[in-house]
Parts: sequence; structure tokens; C-alpha cells
Amino acid sequence: MGTDDFRLPTEEELEEEAKRPPDSGMLQQRVQEILRVLVNFKERRAENSSRADYMSQLEKDLCALHGYVPFLIQLFLQLFPPAEAIEFLEASERQRPVTLRTNTLKTRRKELATALIARGVNLDPIDRWSSVGLVVYDSSVPVGATPEYLAGHYMLQSASSFLPVMALSAGEHEKVLDMCASPGGKTTYIAAMMKNAGMIVSNDANEKRLKSLVGNIQRMGVRNAVVTNYDGRLLPSVFSSFDRVLLDAPCSGLGVISKDPTVRMQKDEGDIQRCSALQKELILAAIDCVDASSKTGGIIVYSTCTITVEENEAVIDYALKKRHVKLLDTAGLDFGVPGYGRYRGKQFHPSVSLTRRFYPHVHNMDGFFVAKLKKLSNAKTAKPQEEAKEQAKKKSQGKAKVDEEEEDAEEGDGEEEEEEEEEEGQEEGEEGEEEEEEEEDESQ
Amino acid sequence: MRGLTEEETKIVFEKLSTYIGRNIKHLIDRPDEEYCFRLQKERVYYLSVALANKAQHADKKLLVHMGTCFGKFTKSMKFRLHVTALDYLAQFAKYKVWVKPSSELSFVYGNNVLKAGLGRITENTPQHQGVVVYSMSDIPLGFGVTARSTQDCRKLPATDVVVFHQADVGEYLREEETFGKKHKRDNSQPDNKRNKRVKSE
Repeated sequence: MGTDDFRLPTEEELEEEAKRPPDSGMLQQRVQEILRVLVNFKERRAENSSRADYMSQLEKDLCALHGYVPFLIQLFLQLFPPAEAIEFLEASERQRPVTLRTNTLKTRRKELATALIARGVNLDPIDRWSSVGLVVYDSSVPVGATPEYLAGHYMLQSASSFLPVMALSAGEHEKVLDMCASPGGKTTYIAAMMKNAGMIVSNDANEKRLKSLVGNIQRMGVRNAVVTNYDGRLLPSVFSSFDRVLLDAPCSGLGVISKDPTVRMQKDEGDIQRCSALQKELILAAIDCVDASSKTGGIIVYSTCTITVEENEAVIDYALKKRHVKLLDTAGLDFGVPGYGRYRGKQFHPSVSLTRRFYPHVHNMDGFFVAKLKKLSNAKTAKPQEEAKEQAKKKSQGKAKVDEEEEDAEEGDGEEEEEEEEEEGQEEGEEGEEEEEEEEDESQ
Repeated sequence: MRGLTEEETKIVFEKLSTYIGRNIKHLIDRPDEEYCFRLQKERVYYLSVALANKAQHADKKLLVHMGTCFGKFTKSMKFRLHVTALDYLAQFAKYKVWVKPSSELSFVYGNNVLKAGLGRITENTPQHQGVVVYSMSDIPLGFGVTARSTQDCRKLPATDVVVFHQADVGEYLREEETFGKKHKRDNSQPDNKRNKRVKSE
């Protein structure tokens, strides 16, 4: 293939182009041509253009073609090879299929499918990996308002949000915390897995989103949940000694661009940094809520609906450095892509490859990230000192003694945090009062 | 959050017993776990003691929900059941009414059950009895109060009301915004209407 007549446009041509309205057919064609060149760069390149020239032109064209800010396109091109980045962009234009989850507290998937088919809903089981999911192809009735829906037999829930709960795999009679719970799809799935036994603390910081959380919990017949409105970072001072914690962290949402197209024009580097910083605080709080000596658990599952490394692998790496935890294999989710071991010169802990990524263009579900951590000791450091290890050994012999010592150690750490929490707690308290007043006014 | 006073307990139990009668004892003496009632912001919650102890840790201003919400006390100290109690009511209901598929939707939009939509009704249901309303496939849809006894229902014309609507699962959609916050005033109307009708008859 020596005869290649494609060359990059000159500056004059680009200026000319900018005056005319964008021609998507032409852009598409040029993107394809650039891709073709990049695949076999040595033979197909034009003599006077470097790889960087091609890449920057590709970037510009993709921005114009898909309507993104340049920052995001750069980010995608760093994450994926060019061809895959384009697949990702195209998959993000399409809607994901409507999926629903059977509420096993109230019905079975087969019964539900029969009932819905009778109402004129065309559906199928979701895939091999889920025993409760259904995909809806089309429907003659609104799927979100059938009597079965109202009676809590199913929940409209994207396929990706099944994954963290499957990774958490809470058992009956455990204590589970869902830190960012609204609108309750995951909490109600956890409750179904636990068969309404044991207890769930379901928290969300956003008061407006709590209504849907409480509504869904009640509609789905969950009887073992407590719903709170704390800032997730304060939770360790309120509740502790959970067997399992699910942290579905607030994120930049770059995995769900098809749901919220405004994301493409809004996000910048600052947003990613802010999310990442919050996520790092939250994951430490999540780990501190877990009791490492839990017989059945000691598990933390971290998930986001975004694909940036800063919000995913980097957060996990941070947690591995700050607390005594290790990554576990996310059993049952092995169809996901392993997490990045290194990114832009940053080298992560080797076990980070145990985390799993899911993509719209590969799995036809929202872009998603799941990591499963096991807490190894209750010390608030990365590696327990020699003393702590000895304590752990003693634990099996004389429990009461060790508990005292540990408490002492934790008090020293906790004091600073508590002060901050009190201040914030007061602020939130005041807000709460105002709202109560409003409520009374309305009811009068 | 606190337990119910003796008087409050009496009011709540009286209300519950109109639907589940003596089955109320199954709520109090449970073989699996110890359960209790808790009052928080005028609302009555039913939950296991272990869960209540956990909830105790939370600041009451930030505690939004726990266990199952049965309903709330009005300012005049009446107790009003919410549709959220349906799960338990359906489990222990003494008197049941089944509606035909054709009037399922009408009921979950908040309407009364008419004779035309009546599929089945428990034998010997008295008049003004609290009943749980099911679809023909045994899905609980809500609850209400009978307008007529089972006997009288047989001879009614198709357009007459059989069950007065009190709560239905459609409220999960219709009232999500206000759900569990405050109760809409319209819901008191069926009660008033019922009394008027009874008097006029």
C-alpha cells in the first residue's frame, strides 16, 4: 500500500472549512482515513506530517463530529486506542436497552415474565450472568406503571448497577451499609439477596433524592432497612462494625453519556479532580465503617459509573496505601475488562488488575467500574505495626483485652475528625429545623 | 425516635385490627425475631428491635426511614394507615376483595371498587369492614372499607360502590414527591362520604 493519496488538510483549507457549516459526512470520512493511516503509520503517512499532527486533527474532528469539549476527547484517546475510542463515542450516542430486575422478595423471574408478557411487554432474560434481570425490547404499556411495578415486583434498573451488588454478595443476617443509595436500586437488590433478614443502613447525602429512595424501599417491600441523610464522610462516627459496605460513589458520569448528553459539553479537568478527591475521602470512610474481624464479611465494594482512571484505579490505589486492605477477585463478573495497572506514567499496585471495567461498546451496558476490597485489620494505617499483628494473634485467645487496647489506639486518631464533624453536624441540624418549619406551614 | 405510649399503642392497634383482626398477635409475638413499634416525626414504624437499636445511633434529624412505615398520627391524634403498611396487612388480612383485571387500573388510580369490577369477596364480610384489595392474580393493590356486606353485594346494580378506596399502590407514583412527608387531605374524603351515605340511607 505505497500509493496513499490521503493527506492532512492544510491550514488554509481548515480556515476555509471553519467558515462553512460542519459537514458530518466529510468529517466522518476524514476520521476513517486518519484511522487507516494510524494503523500502518510507517507506510501510509504523508512524508511531512508527524503522528502528533494526525492525532491532533483526529481530536478536532471527533470534537466537531460528536459535540464534545476537547478535554474529554483527549481523555478518551488517552484511555483507548483511537479505533476503540471512536467505538466508545458511537456507543455513547445510542441508548442502552431498558432492563429491569425481578424483586425476589415478592415474585420469581418466570412468574414476572409471564405476567408482563400477558400485558403486552416483549422481553427476554438479560444474560447468563444474572438470574433476576430482564431486557425489555418493546412494550404496549408503560413499563414503569403496571400493577406489577406498583406492587413492587420489579425495579427498572440499568444492567450495570446489578454488578456492584453481585460483587458485594451480602448474606442473610449480615449488617450492610449502602453509602450512596438513591434511588434505591442497589439497596433493594441487597435486601432481596439477604431475604429481608439482617439489616441495611441506606444513606444518601442528597435530600432531594431521598424521596425516591424511601419510596422504592417501601414499594419493594424491604423491611430491614434504615434510611439516613448523612454526608458519607461522617458515617464512621455514627455507625460502625458493618460486615459489608457498598460505596457507589458520586462521579463525573462519563460512563452514562447516553443518559445525560449534557455531560459532553460541561466536564473539565477540575470536575474530575473534585470527584476524585471526594471519592478518596469516601472510600476511607467506607473502609472505616467495616469491621475487619467480621466472620462472614469485612468486604468493601467500590463502584462508579465513569471510566476515568483518576476516579477508579487511582482511588483504589490510594485506599491500598492508606488502609490495611487487599483487593479480591470480583467473582461472577469476570466478563469485565481488567483495570489499568498503570496510566500516564503512574504505576498502581499490581493487584489493581483485579478490578473490573465495563464499557458501552463492549458489553452494551453503561460504562462502569467495580472493585472488591477485603479489610485485613481495623488499624487506620496501611500496614499494622508489629504490635497490631501480635494483637491479632492474641485475639483468638483473649478477646476482651485486645478490644481495650484497640479502642485506645483509635481514640488518638479519631479526635481531629470528631471536631470537624461536630461543626458540620450543627449546620445540617439547622437546615433540618428549617425544613420542619416549612413542612408545618404547608400542612396548616 | 421513641416507643409508643399506651394510648398511642391502643389507637394504632385498634386501626390495625379493623383489617387483620386478631392476627395482630402475629405482629407482636414473632417466632423469628423480636419486633417493636417506634414513633418518629408523628410516623409509626414497625421494625425489629435489633434494627431499632442500630437506628438509635443516627441523629433524629437525619433519620429518614426505618423498617416499615405503618402510617402517621394526625394533629387530632387519629392514626391514618399508609399504603406502605400494605405488605403486612396483605400478609395477615382476614377479609379480602379481588378486583377484575378490567378495573385494576381504575382502583390504582384512586377510585372506589364498583360492583362491576368485583371479582371475588371473602364469604361473610360484614358492612364497613376493613378489607385488603387484590388483583385476580393475588397481587395486593391496596385497602379500603366495604360499603356492603357480602350478602348485599349479590343483588347490587353494577354501578354501585362495593369497596370505598382508602389507599392503593398507585400512590407510590402519584405521591412520590410528598410520600411519607405528609398526607394529602383528599384521603380523608372517602371516610366522610361514607358516613354521609350511611346516614342518608
